[in-house]
Amino acid sequence: MSEKSGARLSVFKTYKLFVGGKFPRSESGRVYQVTDSQGGWLANAPLSSRKDARDAVVAARKAFPGWSGATAYNRGQVLYRVAEMLTGRREQFADEVAAAEGLDREAALAAVDTAIGRWVWYAGWSDKIAQVAGGANPVAGPFFNLSVPEPTGVVAVLAPQDSSLLGLVSVLAPVVVSGNTAVVVTSERAPLPALSLAEVLATSDVPGGVVNILSGRTAELGAPLAAHQDVNAIDLTGAAGDAALATELETAAAGNLKRVRRPAAAEDWSADPGTGRLLSFVETKTVWHPIGI
Amino acid sequence: MPPTAPPAALADVTASDAALRRYLHGLPGVDAVGLDARAAVLGTRSIKTTAKAEAIDLAISMIDLTTLEGADTPGKVRSLCAKGVRPDPGDPGVPHVAAICVYPDMAAIAKDALAGSPVRVASVATAFPAGRAARPVKLADTRDAVAAGADEVDMVIDRGAFLSGRYLQVFEEIAAVREAAGPAHLKVILENGELSTYDNIRRASWLAMLAGADFIKTSTGKVSVNATLPNTLLMLEAVRDFRAATGRQVGVKPAGGIRTTKDAIKYLVLVNETAGADWLSPDWFRLGASSLLNDLLMQRQKLATGRYSGPDYVTVD
Repeated sequence: MSEKSGARLSVFKTYKLFVGGKFPRSESGRVYQVTDSQGGWLANAPLSSRKDARDAVVAARKAFPGWSGATAYNRGQVLYRVAEMLTGRREQFADEVAAAEGLDREAALAAVDTAIGRWVWYAGWSDKIAQVAGGANPVAGPFFNLSVPEPTGVVAVLAPQDSSLLGLVSVLAPVVVSGNTAVVVTSERAPLPALSLAEVLATSDVPGGVVNILSGRTAELGAPLAAHQDVNAIDLTGAAGDAALATELETAAAGNLKRVRRPAAAEDWSADPGTGRLLSFVETKTVWHPIGI
Repeated sequence: MPPTAPPAALADVTASDAALRRYLHGLPGVDAVGLDARAAVLGTRSIKTTAKAEAIDLAISMIDLTTLEGADTPGKVRSLCAKGVRPDPGDPGVPHVAAICVYPDMAAIAKDALAGSPVRVASVATAFPAGRAARPVKLADTRDAVAAGADEVDMVIDRGAFLSGRYLQVFEEIAAVREAAGPAHLKVILENGELSTYDNIRRASWLAMLAGADFIKTSTGKVSVNATLPNTLLMLEAVRDFRAATGRQVGVKPAGGIRTTKDAIKYLVLVNETAGADWLSPDWFRLGASSLLNDLLMQRQKLATGRYSGPDYVTVD
């Protein structure tokens, strides 16, 4: 075999958005260059526009009744399945995380393993949130009084800028496990692991529209999502490094009284997450029911 | 309006079944590929900002807000009428719709609910949607709807007769309903989804116009293929050519499957570019729809506030 025929043309991957269970390009047709930590070109990622954000919200709203109406057990099984699929692609994600964050191979594998563990941990919460956040309340009268946590609705998530996979999983899983549907804006500089996670979600029984993933400029996509009247909550983690932007988005979010989660400072994604995020995106419903005849 | 006799220039074509067939089959054949391409290219026009705001208000004023379900109740019809008169209670600047379209037994209720408002009552008739009934029954159905207060009657043609080539029978039936409808506006539903070919749609359009239709309407909304851009384009060409031939202007109403603002604006572009600006008014172009109105209102709110709106901010019908 000659040397020439041995040289194989490499096949580049076209990264796409994930909206309503499909993989569209940006409506605007725009892309931007994604580079590794050294500035070397990795791929072109779609540069989403506000119309992509709007379409994603429509898809998320459409998926909400089915996902929030599914049994907690079923949601847990579906999310566990995501962890299974992630495990099968462990090597690919390690490569992408290493390139995106400049980690060595070992550290990247550790980050992927922690992300898989995090996903499983949150999947287990699906049928336990009600016991922790709800319960039977003692009242001074002949009534049963029950409080149950219910999902908030469509949640816009600005994913953390620094941690492209572990950070993303740590903000996405707690939103969807309780029955919310999510519109995620990926890390602006390192969107590739998130766009690959979409392929995992698409092959693991997660109904289309439950998770929608957009890559692009956090400020450009954050503004229409924060002002959107049909988004019920927004997680500003991805704007944590830009206080002016976070304040602007928080103000816009007040228009329809969205729930806003605005973390004070950079978070340590490898630490025990606790239930804080999980409980940020549920609403308590309390029911009175007369006892006896 | 008195029953319209065929225009003098075309009087002889309706003299017999054979003459009518010769005339309809003598209409030029439709270039299907060209028609589809023309409709597709007109659908790519970009209508933004102030033009879009104008188009949204025009589209709202052209809607025949429709409820044609077996499960309709007087309460549902009344709430639809209230919505038609004042589509967005929070914004008095929103125009009212053109008409409320109901089954004949609900026409009286709609008339009552719309009393004093400029919104008209449209009632389907003639054994809608299949049209499978004897002529006396269809005529009684029409008279019943008009007596109940319908300002406009939406009739269906006998597709069975049309497809088997008994054109004169269809012609006479439309003319008879035209007479029975008296002062009411007559919209003739061709049910394009059942006519199979573009050529048939062109023939049915001319047949209905010759028989005195005030409007030709694409479909009932009850079959799988409803209003499409090419179908509507073809009918707009027919009304344009009919006016050129006879001097009488006929309206067009696409119905069924128009759900988004984007779709509605495509239809308006089609009207302007095909029939011309004369048709860009609720008197000559209507959109038969129900869920479209909410999407138009959401887009209107978006334009006014800069924020995307959601289904929580419009009524649940």
